[in-house]
Amino acid sequence: MFDHLDLTKLIFGRLTWEAIPYHEPILLATFIAVALGGLALVGALTYFRVWGYLWREWFTSIDHKKIGIMYIVLGLVMLLRGFADALMMRLQQAIAFGDSTGFLPPHHYDQIFTAHGVIMIFFVAMPLVTGLMNFVVPLQIGARDVAFPFLNNFSFWMTASGAALVMMSLFVGEFARTGWLAYPPLSGILYSPDVGVDYYIWSLQIAGIGTLLSGINLIATIVKMRAPGMKLMRMPVFTWTSLCTNILIVAAFPVLTAVLALLSLDRYAGTNFFTNDFGGNPMMYVNLIWIWGHPEVYILILPLFGVFSEVVSTFSRKRLFGYASMVYATLVITILSYLVWLHHFFTMGSGASVNSFFGITTMIISIPTGAKIFNWLFTMYRGRIRFEVPMLWTIGFMITFVIGGMTGVLLAVPPADFVLHNSLFLIAHFHNVIIGGVVFGIFAGITYWFPKAFGYKLDPFWGKCSFWFWLTGFWFAFMPLYVLGLMGVTRRMSHFEDPSLQIWFQIAAFGAFLVALGILCFIIQLVVSFMRRESLRDTTGDPWDARTLEWSTSSPPPAYNFAFTPRVHDNDAWWDMKQRGYVRPQAGFLPIHMPKNTGAGIVLAGLSAALGFALIWQMWALAAIAFVVILVVTIGHTFNYKRDYYIPADQVIRTEADRTRLLASHV
Amino acid sequence: MPPLKKLRALLLLPVAALLAGCNAVLLRPSGDIAVQQRDLIYISTFLMLLIIVPVIVLTLFFAWRYRRSNTEATYSPDWDHSTQLELVIWAAPLLIIIALGALTWISTHTLDPYRPLSRLDAQREIPAGTKPLVVEVVALDWKWLFFYPEEGIATVNEMAAPVDRPITFKITASSVMNSFFIPALAGQIYAMPGMETKLHAVINKPGEFEGFSANYSGAGFSGMRFKFHGLSNGDFDQWLQKVKAGGGELSRDAYLQLERPSEREPVRRYASVANGLYDAILNRCVENNRMCMKDMMAIDANGGLGMPGTYNLASLDLATRSRLGFGDTPARSYVAAMCTASDPSGAMASPVADRPL
Repeated sequence: MFDHLDLTKLIFGRLTWEAIPYHEPILLATFIAVALGGLALVGALTYFRVWGYLWREWFTSIDHKKIGIMYIVLGLVMLLRGFADALMMRLQQAIAFGDSTGFLPPHHYDQIFTAHGVIMIFFVAMPLVTGLMNFVVPLQIGARDVAFPFLNNFSFWMTASGAALVMMSLFVGEFARTGWLAYPPLSGILYSPDVGVDYYIWSLQIAGIGTLLSGINLIATIVKMRAPGMKLMRMPVFTWTSLCTNILIVAAFPVLTAVLALLSLDRYAGTNFFTNDFGGNPMMYVNLIWIWGHPEVYILILPLFGVFSEVVSTFSRKRLFGYASMVYATLVITILSYLVWLHHFFTMGSGASVNSFFGITTMIISIPTGAKIFNWLFTMYRGRIRFEVPMLWTIGFMITFVIGGMTGVLLAVPPADFVLHNSLFLIAHFHNVIIGGVVFGIFAGITYWFPKAFGYKLDPFWGKCSFWFWLTGFWFAFMPLYVLGLMGVTRRMSHFEDPSLQIWFQIAAFGAFLVALGILCFIIQLVVSFMRRESLRDTTGDPWDARTLEWSTSSPPPAYNFAFTPRVHDNDAWWDMKQRGYVRPQAGFLPIHMPKNTGAGIVLAGLSAALGFALIWQMWALAAIAFVVILVVTIGHTFNYKRDYYIPADQVIRTEADRTRLLASHV
Repeated sequence: MPPLKKLRALLLLPVAALLAGCNAVLLRPSGDIAVQQRDLIYISTFLMLLIIVPVIVLTLFFAWRYRRSNTEATYSPDWDHSTQLELVIWAAPLLIIIALGALTWISTHTLDPYRPLSRLDAQREIPAGTKPLVVEVVALDWKWLFFYPEEGIATVNEMAAPVDRPITFKITASSVMNSFFIPALAGQIYAMPGMETKLHAVINKPGEFEGFSANYSGAGFSGMRFKFHGLSNGDFDQWLQKVKAGGGELSRDAYLQLERPSEREPVRRYASVANGLYDAILNRCVENNRMCMKDMMAIDANGGLGMPGTYNLASLDLATRSRLGFGDTPARSYVAAMCTASDPSGAMASPVADRPL
């Protein structure tokens, strides 16, 4: 074995200078821009001496509020990358007709659509949703943190490490050219011998560990840490949907981990689970990945259904209509989401009875979903609706999402799916539900809870601009795709022959440009709101006159969230307290037991990223070292007994006295 | 008309013009299966609009009616439950889904691609004694290969069928997953290596139609298209004559060369085809020293070979590979052929003089 020991190979594996794409002008320009931007950022952080602050107060923080905010920052940064991919695709498809091949060769284009899907689902939607749940859930149930605060920090950094690996593939090597679910045999070693699929596998495996642990964490938090009196049927709907989402995460993500592990065994160890020969069966992969993949779409949408429930009831100044049926609808969706995965491949030759079964179970999901829509509708009925920005997003959602739901049920009819599967109609459908549902919900949630997180509201003018650009941009970008789907145009094409299609792609590109303006307005909104934060300041802790417990504490909440654990007597606990003339306690404060910050999470996640990078490039020496160091650090961390501390009573007294003064000054 | 409506009509005009100009093949297909699938899209959409339209209208209406500034509207802040209303809320979608579910169960069975056709179109039965045209389809990297077993011919990137004669497609692939789709004719079905899928369809109108792969399969995917010709009986016979006159033989050697990845291949026609080639492609044993999957499965069904099976490997030797023009690529190993049920002498395992492989 040691006869052929090649030191360079042992250290660098497959990595050579060839892996750096200096011959691709687009990538080179991106790299230079990212490098300059990164250097400027690092320079600025160093110049203003904020590294220490960031490390102490954020990176090592186990405060669920800060971790939630970091998740959302990660999601928004990755949204820019994912959206840049979308713009490039729209532009390519708008110009690549006939003799023109566009500006992206298939080699590059195929990586872009794969990266777009992977990034938008795993590193935009997931962190944004997890961030909202992390920030809001403990506050909503009257808890001081999540059940496992260190695990929470570790989960975040694992997700961030996965994102870092995907970003690295842009400049070192390349990303997968397989589509976002990497179906074998195409993703097998024979047809994808380069590092792209390995980047895919290891970034998802590392991020997946984070997601799974965060799921366990939030389930434990919701089940065990609710304030006294908050029975299950008194939980706010957002907490309910978060609970169901995390149950789905814990049940589904291990399947993804397993199927990717089998694929990596095929690629690294020469096994034949999903190969064409030696008894392998690629259909098995397709089944397994969708057994994870379909629950995944409900993992994404359920928490946003919760957001819409909170927003509708707050801004209609009315109790949520049909709380119980809302909860049961959520549970039905949770269970049914496991019985529909085959509808993603009706066209792979299953029999008529199997296809009908999965088609009908899929349709049944639309019943509880429809009930939810009606519940929101009747919450608005006889309300007093304020059209603040979160409410605009919600109404935009209700109108847009039902169209997506309708085309979704249409795709669930197997014979219709035979002509619509893999077409741009399908692309339009799932963007219709993901943008119209998940993205609109995330923006509603961010605008709604922003004052709670930072102590000042977001500027409504730029919020409205962002909303209207997103809404119209969405319709311009995806309605043409429905039409193109009916014209028999299939997805993932980098070039077209038929010139009559071009106008539709041009309209879609215009829509993407409008969405870009929407994103720009959102960024401007963040900046403008920061500049005007004094006039947008929320001194009450309850800027929207809302209903659930998170609004009973200050904005931003103190590290311990609640000086006294609230008692709950009604669904809308805070509204109920307000109605009954609740008086904030002013005395009797005790020292508060809190968890302590630790750097173990970021260190372990950094090492995992190094391990992933080493495995991708087959740098066995680095991989072995990283693996051993991970074990050592993990074991070492278990000997860290300095995990908690007490916030002294006089500090609590000072903090609460400050709030009393602030509230008095407001009145 | 108020000015706002006029403006809207003006805005809708180009959209209407675009829609009229576009050729939505899914809505104007030329084969009976695709027509029925189109009708199903219309009926399902209509059923769902029964619930979607009221929801959209009510959303806008409630949002307007119960705006904060409208103090005349009723405000009941604690009204959050009504059993009758909730029954309606759950029952209305349920009824629609019951209707749609029944439609789904029936149509999925009648339009099952594996089910032989029961009619030519809505008006005409299949004349007694009609034999369907069998076409064997192979998705290659990145082109389509069609076998006509009755005629013993094959074509690449071109397919034809007579109008009003049922077609039976048998579909497989050589390397990765593709999806065989002629929108004007019928819905798609995946083409997958080592597996065979089936599709039954009929073309009712003559014409030239687009066919392509609907499942992304790698770098050459965008160009993986072919023309499907619906021809009258006379024209179809002429087309067959043209193929027979124009081409050479698709031997196993020629197939192994054709199978190599290539993009935007021109139309090719083969007047004859090596015996059992489609079956060999499906069973992944075009190379003569390779065991066919069906034999492997037969052995496995009887308990398998055990450990010796792991040593029973072969590959194309360098001489053969250089003769076929891909000597510079690494050899791929596979299970070696041996004496099997379909080849009792085991002759395939050892190359002999008259066998090129």
